[in-house]
Amino acid sequence: MAEKRKKKLGIKQRYSMLTRGLGWDTTYQPMDKVFPYDNYEGIIIHDWEGWEDPFRLTMDAYWKFQSEKEKKLYAVIDSFAQNNGHLGITDARYVNAIKLFLTGVSPLEYQAARGFTHVGRQFRGVGPRVACQMQAIDELRHVQTQVHSMSHYNKYFDGLHSAPHMHDRVWYLSVPKSFFDDARTAGPFEFLTSISFAFEYVLTNLLFVPFMSGAAFNGDMATVTFGFSAQSDEARHMTLGLEVIKFMLEQDERNIPIVQRWMDKWFWRGTRMLTLVAMMMDYMLPKRVMSWREAWDIYFTEAGGALFADLARYGIKPPKYADIATKEAEHLSHQAWHIFYNYTHAAAFHTWIPEKEELDWLSEKYPNTFDKYYRPRLEYLDKEEKAGRRFYNDTLPMLCQVCQIPMGFTDMDDPTTISFEVSEYKDDKYHTCSLGCKDIFDYEPEKYVQAWLPVHQIYQGNCGGAEVPDVLKWYNFNLGADNMEYKGSPDQKLWDEWQAHRKKA
Amino acid sequence: MSRTVSITLQNNDDARPIIDAIEKDNPKATINLYPAMVKIDCDGRLIVKQETVEELLGREWDVQELHLSIISIAGNVDEEDDYFELSWNI
Repeated sequence: MAEKRKKKLGIKQRYSMLTRGLGWDTTYQPMDKVFPYDNYEGIIIHDWEGWEDPFRLTMDAYWKFQSEKEKKLYAVIDSFAQNNGHLGITDARYVNAIKLFLTGVSPLEYQAARGFTHVGRQFRGVGPRVACQMQAIDELRHVQTQVHSMSHYNKYFDGLHSAPHMHDRVWYLSVPKSFFDDARTAGPFEFLTSISFAFEYVLTNLLFVPFMSGAAFNGDMATVTFGFSAQSDEARHMTLGLEVIKFMLEQDERNIPIVQRWMDKWFWRGTRMLTLVAMMMDYMLPKRVMSWREAWDIYFTEAGGALFADLARYGIKPPKYADIATKEAEHLSHQAWHIFYNYTHAAAFHTWIPEKEELDWLSEKYPNTFDKYYRPRLEYLDKEEKAGRRFYNDTLPMLCQVCQIPMGFTDMDDPTTISFEVSEYKDDKYHTCSLGCKDIFDYEPEKYVQAWLPVHQIYQGNCGGAEVPDVLKWYNFNLGADNMEYKGSPDQKLWDEWQAHRKKA
Repeated sequence: MSRTVSITLQNNDDARPIIDAIEKDNPKATINLYPAMVKIDCDGRLIVKQETVEELLGREWDVQELHLSIISIAGNVDEEDDYFELSWNI
């Protein structure tokens, strides 16, 4: 079959033509002034030609494959909308995961597009610049396709109408927002370590792979299709993440401690942010594929184990506190769901107590923790709700200065004690939720004292007013529709009507 | 210590010959089925050969067409005109 191929150049040569010899050294201005950001972090690069993109995708191939992906995706989105695909999902409770995705995750795709556009300009090597440019375009595609896919749900369900506005203001959305703000305000190499390596390579599988498989299992054709379409780019982004790490480590051994510190920091920040996903997988999918704990075992313990064993030859160790994060996998989703159950009157999605068979599933998947700590609490809250006393917590929670999650997580060895750490900086006290977040704060306190903490901002009067309803209006919530318990919500009413029609038919 | 390399593909008509080719060329590989996707794990090394995919597909197949079906990977990537390989240096 070999003679039929007409291409004159092999894949390696084509990639080399794209990324070698295109750049030049400036003469009117010194290179360090033209590229002021790529050396101030302390990363030493001797030879930018040492950069290799393993996927070797040239621009013409990039556009060809991307346009094919788009055609496939939009055929599905159109057919989903035309055929009332929302009627085929397992249960309307599922849509609450989509609300969290659209307000919490999709705006991050846009943040990523901004971040990669910025760092793509700031590297003096052509290889990384081309890779960042492609990724910036990918990320823009992701936010657009996600908005298009999920807009269909906005025709029928509440809480999907103001995603970018909410992302900038709502208390729990400051968790993902601050993660990306932190990354984008770092230098270009730290940005790539945070987003391309820690997030895309080590952690993003936990979001896009089992969760999207779960979306398929729950009949959400639109979401699974954009999810896998985005993820097909993600495989390329992951190799960029691994490549940038190897590039830095191979260039100079003085880079090793810097890279290790970034890995420790961004692994921890990433696991904190994925708390939202843990909860989506264990509580928000009516039909479940795998538990958060199982996903953690496959995608962090096993895949991460092989990755860090591979990097050990450079002197890199697995991220600090990985052991704590693995312990947390037994607790995280349950503690997070409890926080949101407390505060669902101030959230743009609904919460509920899982049904009996769902509780049984959690008992089975979490034999060490669920029956001992979490099931009794959920059953108590269920009784209270049935007695007409659905619990809402009216006191605003204290937030971690770094990850911005309410300080509701416990000590992992003692799940009845709330975990918190204190740092002092310039005569003020700052609280963090864990040793991981405390380390991050203590290394760069001047950065984190500037954090826009939603609860502080509410108390300072910067969020629409003094009462909770004032704040929620400032968030653009439709009160009584977007927020509160799922039972009795307009979403549930509509869904039950559809189901009744189906029975009649 | 795990040395597992892994590739996850969509479970659809485009990907099926690729999955079959991987199974043929990597006898040690384990195929895991999930809703909508297939995760293939292999100890140390996994290869996708153009020749095998073309035989199964009955047409020319550009290795980069893999981009249309891929969901995730674990391992160092080596992509060439006639193969795509994942490996760990452990």
